[in-house]
Amino acid sequence: MSLDIVQMVLVTVLAAATPLILAAIGELVVERAGVLNLGVEGMMVFGAAAGFAVATETGSTGLGALGGAGAGLLLAALFGVLTVGLAANQVASGLALTILGLGLSGLVGAGYVGMKRDPAPHLHLPGFTDLPGIGRLLFGQDAFVYAALLLVAGVWWFLWRTRAGLTLRAIGDDHTATHALGLKVRKVRFLAVLFGGACAGLAGAYLSLAYTPFWAPAMTAGRGWIALALVVFASWQPLRVAAGALLFGGATVLQLHAQAAGLGLPGQLLSAAPYLATILALVLLSLGRRRGGSLAPAALGRVFAPSR
Amino acid sequence: MSAHSFSRRHLLGGAAALSLGALPFGRARAAGPLTVGFIYVGPKDDYGYNQAHAQGAAALKAIPGLQVVEEENVRETTDVQKSMESMINLDGAGLIFPTSFGYFDPHVLIEAKKNPKVQFRHCGGLWTEANPKNAGSYFGYIAQGQYLNGIAAAHASKSKRLGFVAAKPVPQVLNNVNGFLLGARSVDPSITLQVIFTGEWSLAVKEAEATNALIDGGADVITCHVDGPKVVVETAARRGAFVCGYHADQSALAKDKYLTGAEWNWASIYKGFVADMQAGKAPPNFVRGGLPDGFVKMSPYGPAVSEAARRNADAVKAEMMKGGFAIIRGPLKDNKGNEIAGPGTALAENAIELEKTNYLVEGVKGSA
Repeated sequence: MSLDIVQMVLVTVLAAATPLILAAIGELVVERAGVLNLGVEGMMVFGAAAGFAVATETGSTGLGALGGAGAGLLLAALFGVLTVGLAANQVASGLALTILGLGLSGLVGAGYVGMKRDPAPHLHLPGFTDLPGIGRLLFGQDAFVYAALLLVAGVWWFLWRTRAGLTLRAIGDDHTATHALGLKVRKVRFLAVLFGGACAGLAGAYLSLAYTPFWAPAMTAGRGWIALALVVFASWQPLRVAAGALLFGGATVLQLHAQAAGLGLPGQLLSAAPYLATILALVLLSLGRRRGGSLAPAALGRVFAPSR
Repeated sequence: MSAHSFSRRHLLGGAAALSLGALPFGRARAAGPLTVGFIYVGPKDDYGYNQAHAQGAAALKAIPGLQVVEEENVRETTDVQKSMESMINLDGAGLIFPTSFGYFDPHVLIEAKKNPKVQFRHCGGLWTEANPKNAGSYFGYIAQGQYLNGIAAAHASKSKRLGFVAAKPVPQVLNNVNGFLLGARSVDPSITLQVIFTGEWSLAVKEAEATNALIDGGADVITCHVDGPKVVVETAARRGAFVCGYHADQSALAKDKYLTGAEWNWASIYKGFVADMQAGKAPPNFVRGGLPDGFVKMSPYGPAVSEAARRNADAVKAEMMKGGFAIIRGPLKDNKGNEIAGPGTALAENAIELEKTNYLVEGVKGSA
């Protein structure tokens, strides 16, 4: 019985971490390529609205997920044209993208406020899913959760085990030198930005299709910003992104369980717990970094304009 | 209109107020065409708090000689001051209803001092005699509705654990939490209530997470006090828990899982205030009412409410209709062990202490 409660809590922790993993792993690739896209929140919320709209119109959660990813990709393409193509300021463009995404999501979602759908189906393997203690945790999630975990593994493999990944990291560290070597800096960066956008859009679609299957204005409620912080927190390492997302998702969900269990702390303090945990983790990490940890990609946020 | 003429008009208004300071400005404008302003913290179609007020505003639109202006999604910051000023200076509003709890202090107080000719009536229980006379507050004793919700919940619960998703630990919310549990305990004194505060009036995803956490924690009947109960109602019903509604009728969202609900009926208050204004006098500063006054009503019982539960709730409701029903009755302690009411003490619905409630009663798991 108690084992089942632990499992139940872990299932909700994993679910709460999934949108953060999806958005953060995309942004990690973008930043590894040397581009800082602060528009994650905007791409995510637009993905949530568009994903819900597509799923409702077509009746298919899968198409909805594609629609959400596509919406994020569309906004990212705009960002890519501005910052990679036209060498516009990345910080300003990213902030503008967040505002644009929030506005567009309101526009697209206007007709869908208050509508509901069934949540995305959960995996059910007879025999496996019913295993006590771990069955639901390992074999009972929805497709988004498995996709998020596969993405983390895939991005890790890509960045550290493939030549293309090496190129991408090199471009993020020194765009001038890699350009001189004949590597296609702008093409790689643009593709990375598109990938990040699709991931952020998918993260939004997860919220509106699986996590809480409805659309509500501004429902991402700052998760895009948390994903951005997670990338820093994780020192631009994919596996640490997943760990950080689980930590943050865990703090979010556990504070709710703590309140419901009647822990004698004020609700306001418990609500702040995830953020306090993030700050604490960032402080501890930066202390560790003095002894030589991983650093940000050297060219992060710097505009690249090739001289011909 | 340019910012210059805006501020000049303000200066002129201030000068007039100074020169005529001796005159009783607490009074309303003379009878004639009247513009009434409504300000909402969220969208008008939120299936909850804001929608209930917007329905009250809509009921005014048919009154001749009356113009209604509305603004939604106004935050509880200086935004609401700007909103009120534009209603006064641009639309000529003579009566303003800033409906959200956090609008009152300091925003309504500031505007009321600045605009002595305009009447402000705030929804909630914050106005006191020390505040400007052209302001005031109105509210309904909806904790009675939550008490009846609690009775229905107690009859439906098997786990004897109820759940409450609350926004902020302010008196009205705490009264509802307490009312819900005490209603349930009037049926079965062993019942406990788990409460989660989300910290905001409207945070859809967190409200769903909170509902799930309550159900994971063993609660099998859920109710709430957030601006849009829709998310809580749908999430709870999907997880197989029973729900009691709030603000408006949400039975369509949960069908056979919906027990009953505590609803507002603001139109009657708003019509009364407008009638006062049109008769040339200021509406009362302090208006309260419950079930007998038609300020609060209950949703029809859902199919899961047993015959015994209906009889029980209907009998208590009949008591409430007589007026003076006390939810807080001694001996009663809060959930930290402090005494709230000694033996023989009873706080009737209109007890002014209830507008300052800062405790959760014994049996509630959670911290205010």
